[in-house]
Amino acid sequence: MARIKYESLNDGFGFYFLMAFLGAIILGALGATWYMEHEGHIVTGMTNQIVWGMPHVFAIFLIVAASGALNVASVGSVFGRVPYKPMARLSGLLAISLLVGGLAVLVLDLGRPDRLIVAMTKYNFKSIFAWNIFLYIGFLLIVAAYLFVQMNRGTESWTKPVGILAFVWRLALTTGTGSIFGWLVARQAYDAAVMAPLFIAMSLSFGMAFFLLVLIATYSWSRRPLGAELVNRLAKLLGIFIAVVLYFTAVQHLTNLYAAEHGGIERFILMDGGIYTQLFWGGQVLLGGLLPMAMVFSGMGKSKFGVVLASFFVILGGLAQIYVIIVGGQAYPLILFPGKEVVSGFYDGVVASYIPSLPEMMLGVGGIALALAITLLGMTVLRFIPASLADNETGSG
Amino acid sequence: MNLWRTTRCAALTALLLLVGVCASVPVSAGGGALTPTIAKGKGDKCVAPTEYMRRNHMDLLDHQRDDTVIDGIRTERFSLKGCVSCHAVKGEDGRAVTVKDERHFCASCHLYAAVNMDCFDCHASRPDEAKKLGALRKKSHARDMAVLKDYLKGAER
Amino acid sequence: MTDLVENEGGGCCSANNGTTSGTTSGTGSALAGSSGCGSAGGGCGCASQDAMPQTRRGFMKAGAALAMTTLAPGVTLYSFGAGQAEAKPADQAVTSKVRWGMLIDASKCDDGCTKCVTACSTENGWSDTGNPLTDAQWIRKVTVRDRDQGKETTLPMMCLHCAEPPCVDVCPTGASFKRADGIVLVNKHTCIGCRYCMMACPYKARSFIHEPLEDQKEYSPRGKGTVESCTLCVHRVDEGRLPACVETCNASAGGAMTFGDLNDPNSEISQRMAKFVTTEVRADLGLNTGVRYQNI
Repeated sequence: MARIKYESLNDGFGFYFLMAFLGAIILGALGATWYMEHEGHIVTGMTNQIVWGMPHVFAIFLIVAASGALNVASVGSVFGRVPYKPMARLSGLLAISLLVGGLAVLVLDLGRPDRLIVAMTKYNFKSIFAWNIFLYIGFLLIVAAYLFVQMNRGTESWTKPVGILAFVWRLALTTGTGSIFGWLVARQAYDAAVMAPLFIAMSLSFGMAFFLLVLIATYSWSRRPLGAELVNRLAKLLGIFIAVVLYFTAVQHLTNLYAAEHGGIERFILMDGGIYTQLFWGGQVLLGGLLPMAMVFSGMGKSKFGVVLASFFVILGGLAQIYVIIVGGQAYPLILFPGKEVVSGFYDGVVASYIPSLPEMMLGVGGIALALAITLLGMTVLRFIPASLADNETGSG
Repeated sequence: MNLWRTTRCAALTALLLLVGVCASVPVSAGGGALTPTIAKGKGDKCVAPTEYMRRNHMDLLDHQRDDTVIDGIRTERFSLKGCVSCHAVKGEDGRAVTVKDERHFCASCHLYAAVNMDCFDCHASRPDEAKKLGALRKKSHARDMAVLKDYLKGAER
Repeated sequence: MTDLVENEGGGCCSANNGTTSGTTSGTGSALAGSSGCGSAGGGCGCASQDAMPQTRRGFMKAGAALAMTTLAPGVTLYSFGAGQAEAKPADQAVTSKVRWGMLIDASKCDDGCTKCVTACSTENGWSDTGNPLTDAQWIRKVTVRDRDQGKETTLPMMCLHCAEPPCVDVCPTGASFKRADGIVLVNKHTCIGCRYCMMACPYKARSFIHEPLEDQKEYSPRGKGTVESCTLCVHRVDEGRLPACVETCNASAGGAMTFGDLNDPNSEISQRMAKFVTTEVRADLGLNTGVRYQNI
């Protein structure tokens, strides 16, 4: 294998055009945030029944995908797979930018985003949320260090130990994110230890899909060679990750189905939950699971277009899955008196409705745009991408 | 690199603009006559010397707020309620003005100093009209009476 | 009218007071107060001959309070609703010697009566703004129905002031906290509005403030972007008064609510809990709620 030559992207017309496009979306998101904070959350679809909505779907998606975007780097430096090593820098950059995008959405949706300083200075160490703040900050620092030791002359030998630390940390981070829901005893849809491994599986899959999209787009648009064999290799890895997500999803629902007390929520999600049932079967299982899996393992996995399409489906399915978990989990009524029916003037015992409003959608999409803008800027100012990822260069052939 | 040059150029322009704006402020302020008009409070004197209050009221309030919310200590001397009622400024309608009005005691100075206050997002910025100053106990007594009166009326029927 | 009532109440219940101290151990607890009222019920009939049995106790308590007002105005009013210790001095911190709790007798809670809800709303300044999905709801009336036989029970539901509150566990900044005396509150100075506590509460007791507010009650600050819930009328409790819902229920409704110190074996609430079967909502979660129910 030849020595890899890293380059930065040219800041030509394409760069400015993309930046302007992403910048416009980000500006829109900031405007939406200003509107939401000025008027109060009344202008969102979120209510006292559905307290977490679209912003959280996007934020959790991005945070989960962030740790997964580090897959390629981990496979390269932790598991020593040579063909993956040249992509480690991009993998790290994408991980950082996705996390920043997700956190920005999460923070801007707060009721009091102006009190961010409080969240940074006052901690309740029994809160998994507070732990996550440390996990997120730690992740950013460790991945930054990981990038530094790779890109700085003379520190390359540190790549493996720092890479291992980053890998362990990303597992902890996704465990923490999954536990935000897994540790909630109150709601039928949560309170399950399987949430942690499920979220890890989701991160592997969503992060890989995101990475593939960015990789293929970057190399196509900047007219750099990208080996078909390498793409196929990554796509097959994506296929395996999709299967792992489906596996943990099956475990989650089968476990619940076995216990009579969870019959209600399972019936709701799997059978008669309306939009949530449709999103589960149509969005998560079919569009985001079986279909892309079939695509990457069939002939389509060999074409870049097929892989792009499959990755796109995984991302859509992932958003659907997180929507079902977050919004579907809240829409199903709390069980106040097990075994009894409960009615009140405050929506007890009824399925809560949720119609996302435009501002909160804009905020969520803004998070994705921010992540992409940071990645693009990073690739343009520093040497993140190998000049060529042709199969003969990476040893994939 | 091209991008760097552009960025540097933009940053420098922004900095120059900022300096320009800052420099122009004292000029436009002119003779320095634009001090805030602060309404006088009720009573002879504040809970502490004025000079001390000007510099330290925020610390007093900050301390009191934790004592009250967390430990249930409800002394009146440094309570925000006390500030609000003693320093209430009457508006044209005879009611005390809210913090949105620039005559409001707190707003008058904070607007001048361009320091944002967080208190009145949650706290009432004017005294409760239904309540007479210092009559908390009497009021609750009266309310208990009213409840009883209503009850008796109900029983008579 | 006020004077008349005061005299009448005073006359009536000073006798009642005498009975109380004579027939009980003289702890001055709520149970002592109420049993005193019960036994002296005939004597007190002077105020209202045909008072309903259910409401009589409530009235008697109101009467007792008034009696004390006459005896020592401005001080003894604090022992309104007996069973509470004397009002805590304003400059002293609350301690864990006391654990405030509430017992709600669902059999005395009338279907259709929402006086506790109105009292809370008036007291704390939250109200219906025509957006039921986003309006705050500190306390609500809930009807529990048996799936097969359809037997219905109605009861008020609010923050149950758990000893192990999930909302406190999950709050990243510690804004959601439990006071030493067991009252679970939101410190709005440090609440960042993340709503994780609302996700964690099994009782849907918390509300997020969705709109800017003005002219709040000065003892009940509330503001856009923060979370809030029943405070057990902490501002009243600190003065030795009853929560608004309890006061109203006792004075003008079924008298279904008993407020008091769960740590004091002589308090009315403790005595009742020793005597009757009481239940915790979602007892399976092991949260040890401070608000308990009977006859659900």
